[in-house]
Amino acid sequence: MLDVILSPQFMRIVLAAVAVMAFIAANGLVLVYMERKIAGHIQRRPGPFEVGWHGLLQPIVDAGKLIGKQLFTPDGADGLLYWLAPVVSFVWVLPLFIPIPFGPQLTAFEMDLGIVLILAFSGTNLLALCMAGWGSNNKWSLLGAARAVAQSVAYEIPLLLAILAVAFTSGTLDLSNTVKLQGGWPWQWNIALQPLAFLIYFICALAETNRAPFDLPEAESELTAGFHTEYSGMAFGLFFLAEYANMIVVCAVATALFLGGWQGPVFSGVWWFLAKMYALLFLMIWLRWTYPRVRFDQLLNINWKWLLPLSLANLMLTALLTKVF
Amino acid sequence: MKHHLSPEQISGDFYSRRFEQGPDEDTLILNMGPQHPSTHGVLRIILALDGEYIMRAEPVLGYLHRMHEAMAEHRTYLGYLPNMGRVDYLHAVAWNWAYVGAVERLGGIEVPRRAEYIRVITCELNRISSHLLWWGAYLLDLGAFTPIMYAFDDREIILDLLQSVSGSRLTYSFLRPGGVAFDLPDTFLDEVKAFIPHMRARLPMYKALVTDNTILRHRCEEVGDLPLEMCRRYGATGPVVRGSGMAYDVRRAEPYGVYPELEFEIPTENSQDAMGRYLVRMGELEQCLNILEQAVQAIPEGEHLIKGAPKPRWKAPVGETYFAVEGARGKIGVHLVSDGSSTPYRCKLRAPGFSNLSLFAELAEGTLLADAVSILGSLDLVIPEIDR
Amino acid sequence: MRKYIQQLKDLKSLIVGLFITGDNLRKSTVTVHYPRQEVHNLASFRGPIELLPKPKNPTQPRCITCMMCVSTCPSGCITVVKHKAPKPSAEEKQAMAEAEARGEKVAKPKAPKTPKQFLYDYSLCSLCGLCSEVCPVNSIGFSSDVYMVCRRRSELKLDLLARLKAKADREGRTVDEVA
Repeated sequence: MLDVILSPQFMRIVLAAVAVMAFIAANGLVLVYMERKIAGHIQRRPGPFEVGWHGLLQPIVDAGKLIGKQLFTPDGADGLLYWLAPVVSFVWVLPLFIPIPFGPQLTAFEMDLGIVLILAFSGTNLLALCMAGWGSNNKWSLLGAARAVAQSVAYEIPLLLAILAVAFTSGTLDLSNTVKLQGGWPWQWNIALQPLAFLIYFICALAETNRAPFDLPEAESELTAGFHTEYSGMAFGLFFLAEYANMIVVCAVATALFLGGWQGPVFSGVWWFLAKMYALLFLMIWLRWTYPRVRFDQLLNINWKWLLPLSLANLMLTALLTKVF
Repeated sequence: MKHHLSPEQISGDFYSRRFEQGPDEDTLILNMGPQHPSTHGVLRIILALDGEYIMRAEPVLGYLHRMHEAMAEHRTYLGYLPNMGRVDYLHAVAWNWAYVGAVERLGGIEVPRRAEYIRVITCELNRISSHLLWWGAYLLDLGAFTPIMYAFDDREIILDLLQSVSGSRLTYSFLRPGGVAFDLPDTFLDEVKAFIPHMRARLPMYKALVTDNTILRHRCEEVGDLPLEMCRRYGATGPVVRGSGMAYDVRRAEPYGVYPELEFEIPTENSQDAMGRYLVRMGELEQCLNILEQAVQAIPEGEHLIKGAPKPRWKAPVGETYFAVEGARGKIGVHLVSDGSSTPYRCKLRAPGFSNLSLFAELAEGTLLADAVSILGSLDLVIPEIDR
Repeated sequence: MRKYIQQLKDLKSLIVGLFITGDNLRKSTVTVHYPRQEVHNLASFRGPIELLPKPKNPTQPRCITCMMCVSTCPSGCITVVKHKAPKPSAEEKQAMAEAEARGEKVAKPKAPKTPKQFLYDYSLCSLCGLCSEVCPVNSIGFSSDVYMVCRRRSELKLDLLARLKAKADREGRTVDEVA
C-alpha cells in the first residue's frame, strides 16, 4: 500500500492535483476579470476600474465578498442536496484536468483513454445541477434544472461523435498523442482535417457549459438565475468557479484535439497551449455578449436536427476516408 | 425537513389561491412575481405551467398603483402637470400633451404655431427615446446584453437635447395649456439637425446586429399570434394593432396639433406576431426622424405660450372633454370633467398599456414560457402607466 | 430543402453580429467616467430650487413673501415664514398715542417683506417649475446641483436662506462689492 502511495506516479498525480487547483483558482480570477472587461468594452464602457489599476484586483475583492456572505439554507430546502450541489459541481471538475497535455512534459497523467475520462466526468455536472434545482425548494430552480438536464444530455452526443471523428483520424484516444501527431503550423492541425467536427464540438461545448447563447438554465432574464437562484455567497462562488473551470476544460480539450495543443510554428511549449486556449475562451466570451438566447425547444432542435445528423455524417465520412486512404 | 410555514403560507396568497382550481398533478403554479427581471416593472403574472407550456395565465395588477386619478381631484389644473410625466415616464411628453390638450379643449384655449411645432419636436424625440429603451430592454429579456447599451448611447443625445429645452431628462412637465413652458434655446434646432443623420446612420447597425440576427428572428417570428379581432375585443392600440395589419394611428385618425401638415407613413406589418410588432416600432423610429426633419424646417418664429394662458388658480368652464394622442405604446386618452372649480372633478387616464396587457392572458395560452417573455416584451408594457 | 438552405444562409447574420460587437470592442468608451471626468451640460439642468438674490444685496432674496409659490406648489414642499411686525418700544408707543391724539395719521410699524424662513422640502419636490413661473418678483430659480446626496431624509429639508447666504459667501460677494 505504501509503495503505491510513494510511487512516482502517485506523487505526480498528487502534485498535479494541487497544481490543477491552483491553476483553476488563478484562471477563475483571470476569467472573471476578462469577462467583465470584455463585456464592458463591447458595450463601450470601462468595466471594473476602481479596485486596483484598471480593476485588476476586482476578482480578488469579489471572491472576498462572496466568502464573507452569510450562508443560509432556504426554508424547506433539502439541506443535504442543497449543500452538496455546489461541492459536487466544483470537485468533479478537477479530474478533468488530469489527461490534458499542457506542454510536452506537462501532462498530469498520461493515459490511453484520456478523452473517455473527460467525457465521463463531464457528465457529473448534470448531477450537480439536478441537486441544486431540486434541493432549492424553488419552482424557478426546478425549471432551470429541468432545462439543464435536457440540454446537457442532448448535447453530449454530438460532442462525443465530433471527438470520435478526430480519434478516427489520429488513431488514438490519448490527448498527448493527439497533440504530438499534429504539427506546428495551422494547416498541420486537426482543424484542417476536421473543420466541421471543430464547429460541432465548439457549439456542443457552449451548450455543455451553459454559456450563451445556450444559457437557459441560468437565464437571467427569464428564470431569475435559474438553478442557482437560491444560492448566495461562496456556494454561488463555487458554481461560478465550476462554470469557468468547465469552460477552461472544454477550451483546453479543443486546443489539444483541434488546434495543435502546445505545438507552435516556433518555440513549441506550454505558452502556445495557453495562448490558443485563451483565444478560444475569448471567443466564448465574445459570443456571450453578442447573441440573444436561443429558446429551449429551438436549442433541442438544433441538436437533434442539425448537429446530430451532421456529426454522424462527418463520422461516417471520416471512417470511409480513413479506410480508403 | 421541517416546514416552518403554516399551510396558508405554503399555498400562496389571495391571488394564487383563487387562481388554483383545485389540486392538479400536471400543472405547476408559478408566479412571475412582482420582482422579476423581465416584467418591466412590478407586474405579477400567475402561470399554470405544464412543463414549459403555459396552460393559463393571469396578470395581477396594482403593485404600482399611485392613485394618479385621485390626485387629479386635489390638484389645480396646472398643478397636476408633473403627475402626467410620472404616469409613463418613457413618453412623458405625450402624456403631457394629452392632458394639456384636454384642458385646452375644455377652456377653449388656442396654441401658437411655434408652440405646436415645439410640441411635435419634443414629442417625437421622446418617442424615439422610448422606442430605443423598449428595444434595448426587449433584447435584454431575450438574453442579449449589449444592444441596450448601444441604445442608451443614442438615447443620451436625446436626453441631453430635451434637457437643454425643458430642464429634465426623464419626467418632463414641459407643456402648458396654451403652449409650452419655455422657448427653445438658440442651439437646439442645430443640434436636432445634427442628431437626425447620426441616428439614421445608427439604424443600419441595429438592423445588422439584431433585426437580421437569426437567433432573434427565431425568438420573435410566429410568436404571439395576435389576430385583429382579438385586438378589437381588448381595445389594443399602437404598434400592437399595427403589427396585426391595421393602420390605426391617432395622429391620422383623430388629428391634433400640426400633424395634418406633416408627411409621414404609418408602418404596418401583417405578420401578427412579435416580429411584426418589432418591425413596426423600428419603422416608427425612421418615421419619427422624418417628422423631425420636416418640423425643424417648418418651425416658425413666434411665442411659445399664448397670452392669457391659464394661471395656477384658473377655473375651467363646466363641461367634459376627451383628448387622445398617439403615444409610443398606443392611444393615450385623458377624459377631463370640470365642475367649474379650480380642481378637476374627474380626470380619467386611458393608458394604452392596460388594454395591451389584457390580451396577454388569452395570447399566452399554449405558448412556452420563453415565448411568454418574448410576447410581454413585444407588447411594450410600462407598468406605471398600467397601474397609474 | 429550401428551408434548410435558408437556415444555413441565415447563419451569416451571426458572423455579421460578431463583427459589429468586435468593432465596438476596439472603440473607446462613450461613458463619462465620473469622478475622473464630469458632465458639462449641467447649466440647463433644472435642479433643486434656490432663491435668487437681490442685485444689490446678494445675501437677501428678492422674495416679498406673497406666498404664491406656497399655494401653487402641487406637492406642498415650500414653507415660508413671514417676519412679525416689530413691537414698538414704550417711548414709541407713547409717541404714537400722542400723535393719534393730535389727529395725525400714524403708521404702525410694519413687518419687513423679506422672509424670516424659507424652507424647501426637496424630498417632496417634483421639479415642475410652477413656483418659479408664478413668482412675481422672479425670486426662485433652479440650481444645477446634481450631486446632492444625503443619508437621512431630514437632510433634504433645505433652508434656502442659509443656502443663499452660503452661496454669497462662497462667491465672496458682499454688499459693498456689488456695483
